[in-house]
Amino acid sequence: MDFLFETFGLAESAKLLSLSPPGWGGNLLRGLANSLQIAFGAFGFGLLIGLFGAYGKLYGGVVLRDLLAVYTTVIRAVPELVLILILYYVGTDLINQVAQAMGYGRVEISGVVAGIWVLGVVQGAYATEVLRGAIQAIPSGQIEAARAYGMPPFLLMRRVTIPAMMSFATPGLANLWLIATKDTALLAIVGFSELTLETRQAAASTRAYFTFFLAAGALYLLVTLFSGVVFGRIEKWARRGQPSLRGGSR
Amino acid sequence: MTTLRALMQPHRIVMLLLLVAVVIWCAVTLRWDWIPEYAPLALEGLWRTIWIMVVTCILGFALAVPLGLAQAVGPWYLAAPARAFCTIIRGTPLLLQIWLLYYGLGSLFPQIPWIRGSELWPYLRQAWPYAVLALTLSYAGYEGEVMRGAFSSVNKGQLEAANAFGMPRLTMFRRIWLPQAIRNVLPTLGGETILQLKATPLVATITVVELYAVSSRVRSDTFIVYEPLILLAVFYMIIAGIIALAFKRLEDRVPG
Amino acid sequence: MTLKKLLAAAIATATMSAAAVSAEEVKIGIAAEPYPPFASLNAAGEWEGWEVEIINAVCAAAELDCVITPVAWDGIIPSLTGQQIDAIMASMSITEERQKTIDFSDPYYNTPAVIVADKSMDIEPTPESLAGKIIGIQASTIHQAYANAHFGDADEIRVYQTQDEANQDLVAGRIDATQADSIAMADFVNSDNGTCCEIKGAVENDEAILGKGVGAGVRKGDDALRESLNKGIAKILEDGTHEEITSRYFDTSIYAE
Repeated sequence: MDFLFETFGLAESAKLLSLSPPGWGGNLLRGLANSLQIAFGAFGFGLLIGLFGAYGKLYGGVVLRDLLAVYTTVIRAVPELVLILILYYVGTDLINQVAQAMGYGRVEISGVVAGIWVLGVVQGAYATEVLRGAIQAIPSGQIEAARAYGMPPFLLMRRVTIPAMMSFATPGLANLWLIATKDTALLAIVGFSELTLETRQAAASTRAYFTFFLAAGALYLLVTLFSGVVFGRIEKWARRGQPSLRGGSR
Repeated sequence: MTTLRALMQPHRIVMLLLLVAVVIWCAVTLRWDWIPEYAPLALEGLWRTIWIMVVTCILGFALAVPLGLAQAVGPWYLAAPARAFCTIIRGTPLLLQIWLLYYGLGSLFPQIPWIRGSELWPYLRQAWPYAVLALTLSYAGYEGEVMRGAFSSVNKGQLEAANAFGMPRLTMFRRIWLPQAIRNVLPTLGGETILQLKATPLVATITVVELYAVSSRVRSDTFIVYEPLILLAVFYMIIAGIIALAFKRLEDRVPG
Repeated sequence: MTLKKLLAAAIATATMSAAAVSAEEVKIGIAAEPYPPFASLNAAGEWEGWEVEIINAVCAAAELDCVITPVAWDGIIPSLTGQQIDAIMASMSITEERQKTIDFSDPYYNTPAVIVADKSMDIEPTPESLAGKIIGIQASTIHQAYANAHFGDADEIRVYQTQDEANQDLVAGRIDATQADSIAMADFVNSDNGTCCEIKGAVENDEAILGKGVGAGVRKGDDALRESLNKGIAKILEDGTHEEITSRYFDTSIYAE
């Protein structure tokens, strides 16, 4: 192994990337952990918004439907970077003003929470569309049958709609998860120390720009590939008992 | 006019009035006095944003066709690199790719003394070639995946028929395969182009002065936080709307 | 099942979100991008540098419970006014333009602005000499304002998010010169990376733009914090702590009246 490093001139890189302090590997991993934490939270928060959004768009009143249409259209037309800046400053500003008006004093909003809030709102718009499409793809007879038996709406959602739509929603949700992991990189611009900012700090301090950017790229790629495997499993599980949709005609 | 009637529902009228009220409130209470000073710069930035988006979409798509074709029907030694390229581009953040290209390559320049004398040097000094390269590769990576699906989904019977008539392979590709594949991807292409528009502000981080960079400049010069961002968002919404409309028209004109 | 877990996770993160802060804790904002030798992140993930030590010394002297909070440089003033941080101690010069938005403490260091360029280039720190050149500067700094006001004849004024990126492009040869703080630049040209370049001299002073030294920024009207920071700064200047910290980093004093 050492021999290999020597031959390719990689000894220097290996030293820079080692996990204990003279190397910056620990910093990168900490950044990765932060990125994943935010991506996971934002994805979950986005799903929550998406579920309510999809229900609102399908079964809500006219006003709710129009409001949701405005939300999804605006979010999907404005660059994430701009949205992040707006939501980041507006969000924290608003919360503080509300808290102060209610006499609570200042509320501390950690970077992780701000990141989850900002990316979650963005994810929510896309999740709304994905889940709406998935719910619409459920044969309407299934939902009608449950209604005819007098199943309460929440039970219906839990027992019928969500399980039945899972197989239609997984590919879209898998895509959303990948977008969530990659969008965390944009938080570097607002100074949140996730993987990309940690990489930039390490690169700037050591001048080894290539080494660190490539290493961070490899970490992101690993996350992507691993997620692909996991979502493949989930999709297979969600589709159990259904005829394969692969290779079907467009 | 159905669209007009759709707008004339009572709740929509109320919402429109509310929107007008918000716009008037914004116009009156927020600070807009900086606009005249920065308008020329903003126009320049707007032009650069659109220019970068259009050029990278065209170049990226041109690159996506062979990438898609290689993955769909190519031999393994073409399919494997094409697939690896698409996976890497799609699996890493664009911001990182841009920084790798700009600062990563830049950090190698001092070790290559002759590079400053080369004919490419005036371009290598600028930031926009890196921006164009990064965004082109990114678009190609995403579209390459889309084109793979499009090429595989073209009806095999048609290709076989063309083959049976003795049509040369290049003509077959140009006349039957490519047009049908493009028609299949048109609906996704509009969305992807809007995604490309939304990716352009990232090049501001490598000193390209496009629309977003102008708003940052306004923010840093005047310490006004929200107003430039709001205006910026409106600009992007308008451009995205125009793109969506243009693709809708294009789709309508292509025979289904 | 998976969806349920995800929903549970989302709700958990949403509820754990906000907790009220104790009144005494003061969040000192510094730039999240490295700015050696004043503040940079080391491989152990800790912030270090002259300014970080000064922050700790000032807070100790003023008996404040400070937390160093990294924020993106180009959003540092909005972060202050938006209450994400309570004070800025990030080598921010006291200028009239900034004083329209925030208040400043007394200065804790004061250094001239210099022009740095390649050793082989015959460049003087004057507008005439820089005409037709590409100048790189950091966004939202006094140097950006100065370059815009005085170097109008330059071929291009390229704006970077961090001084470090401008330095990097100077080494790569993408820009001809950069204007920045003399201490930060002395550190840069003495590093292995900056051997290409040298300080060409200080630019002509323009106090309206370059300001009256570096101070701690606080929200307008936050006089209590400003006063205690002033007290802390005065105390470390008086009891020699400032000098002691400075001597460990620099050869000369960087505090001038």
